[in-house]
Amino acid sequence: MGFSKIWVHGESTEVGAATITLELLAKARELADVVEVVMAGDADAVAAELGDHGASTVHTIGALNGGLVGPRLASAIAAATGAGEGPNVLLCGTTYDGRDVAGRLSVKLDVPVITNVVDLVVDGDRLIGQEPVFGGTKDVFTGFIGDGPAIFLVRPKSFPAEPSGGPAATVAGLEVGDLGGTGGAMVGERFAEESTGPRLDEANIVVSGGRGLGDAEKYEMIETLARLVKGAPGASRAVVDAGWVPYAYQVGQTGKVVKPTVYLACGISGATQHLVGMKGSANIIAINKDAEAPIFGIADLGIVGDVHKVLPKLIEALEARA
Amino acid sequence: MDVVVCVKQIPDPADPGELDAETRTLRRDVKLILDESDSYGVEMALQLVDSAGEGEVRLVSMVPNSEMSGLRTALAMGAASAVLVSDEALAGSDALSTAKVLAAAIRRSEPDLILAATESSDGYTGTVPVQVAELLGLPSVTFGREVTVADGVATVKRQTEAGYDVVECPLPAVVSVTAGVVEPRYPSFKGIMAAKNKPVDELDLAGLGIDPTTVGWSGARQEIVDVVDAAARESGEVVVDEGDAHERILAFMDELKVL
Repeated sequence: MGFSKIWVHGESTEVGAATITLELLAKARELADVVEVVMAGDADAVAAELGDHGASTVHTIGALNGGLVGPRLASAIAAATGAGEGPNVLLCGTTYDGRDVAGRLSVKLDVPVITNVVDLVVDGDRLIGQEPVFGGTKDVFTGFIGDGPAIFLVRPKSFPAEPSGGPAATVAGLEVGDLGGTGGAMVGERFAEESTGPRLDEANIVVSGGRGLGDAEKYEMIETLARLVKGAPGASRAVVDAGWVPYAYQVGQTGKVVKPTVYLACGISGATQHLVGMKGSANIIAINKDAEAPIFGIADLGIVGDVHKVLPKLIEALEARA
Repeated sequence: MDVVVCVKQIPDPADPGELDAETRTLRRDVKLILDESDSYGVEMALQLVDSAGEGEVRLVSMVPNSEMSGLRTALAMGAASAVLVSDEALAGSDALSTAKVLAAAIRRSEPDLILAATESSDGYTGTVPVQVAELLGLPSVTFGREVTVADGVATVKRQTEAGYDVVECPLPAVVSVTAGVVEPRYPSFKGIMAAKNKPVDELDLAGLGIDPTTVGWSGARQEIVDVVDAAARESGEVVVDEGDAHERILAFMDELKVL
């Protein structure tokens, strides 16, 4: 199968290449001789940055004109593969669009996807994906059997993004094939939700709330606290399931992986589902009234106490400093 | 409007069991329940059919045994019927094989809309809904936070990194929904009793026209090469709050110079 030619699914924001793309490039250039990006949209805008992170070429299908990325990029990659010009390995981030691209392509090429990968290791002429299970207490290593490009969905924060100092990447066009009925979904309006602080998966401090907060209004304490420490608010699955905050706030196996300098877990018991998303944090502080809560098993500082008493005092003290 | 909801029966996450020593995959020969993630899709489907004023909600699921207690939960919520693909040869199926089986089952039913959770709580690959869409040649909108249907078009608020996009999608289509978007109803006693008599069409792979060697262990094109214990994280100091815990937290953060 080999892995001499790796393509990275490129994603970008208004300010440049997405962090996940740079993370994937850092790992890809450690593994392969040929590292290229495949994306939708304006490649010229990010060619210098992608080159600086090790990509030699950026293949783009051009403007989406309201269409979704998944079916279009998958069809283009499948066509390139059919023409013998595709990669041995495709790395996509576990993002909203990354999963669409990987899933669609997997059907087109009839190859499976190895998902939730946090590391890639070399095994002879193939790559093996490492995936955490059971709340990160065990690691499973999975490889592909047989032909076809190996498609990996890699979780954000798996690799540090580092520039390689390479020259600007060459921009090349890539044709989208016949979409049949798959391309019908069109984006109308886009809404940015109010967010003053850093992104959840990039914040230096994450303050997360769980079911121990009691009810939806109490989540406001988490947002206040996050703002005071210039961090990002997060949530356990229980809180998202209850509809207190949107899915974008969720930290865990289903949700975001965060690795901040400080993770402050408030009223979170520490279900395995949650732990897998935050146990990579450099320092963990937990407040929970149940001394037996599993979160204390991984906390650097554990407070057995009531979040309704501790958090108001913490907020007051931080406000006094400001 | 007819809506098919893809649902999964999983081992109770409160007691997720263990990996099978031989196959190194999650043991599923335990009691299976309805994945809580799927209850949102079921609820949304019931609401959409209700507001359309006609049609029904049907379930599609697959298991390697004939377990159906999780399906009964969804039927008790109000789904009209279910197709359960049940075959020993399905054990060990990866997400692509799962999608092939679900797509074949959905094809028999020709719904207007197919709903699924964004990801299951046990395998959490998050690829099955979009794979089903591609297999059926349909458009898809993943990570839906709100879904409305009018004049053969689904309007979906799709989660993005920055907020959400409003996506319009012609039906038939596949939409995956995030948790928390609706409040799943609790099955009523009447619903539970009625569910016992609702039709569950149990099919094996032959009945669905799928070659058993293309799914499950025999069809797998990925293999688990190793399972190891992850490095354990040490815990630090645990103190009981005596009214000064906030000072301990501040001191801890000051030490790290993050404030």
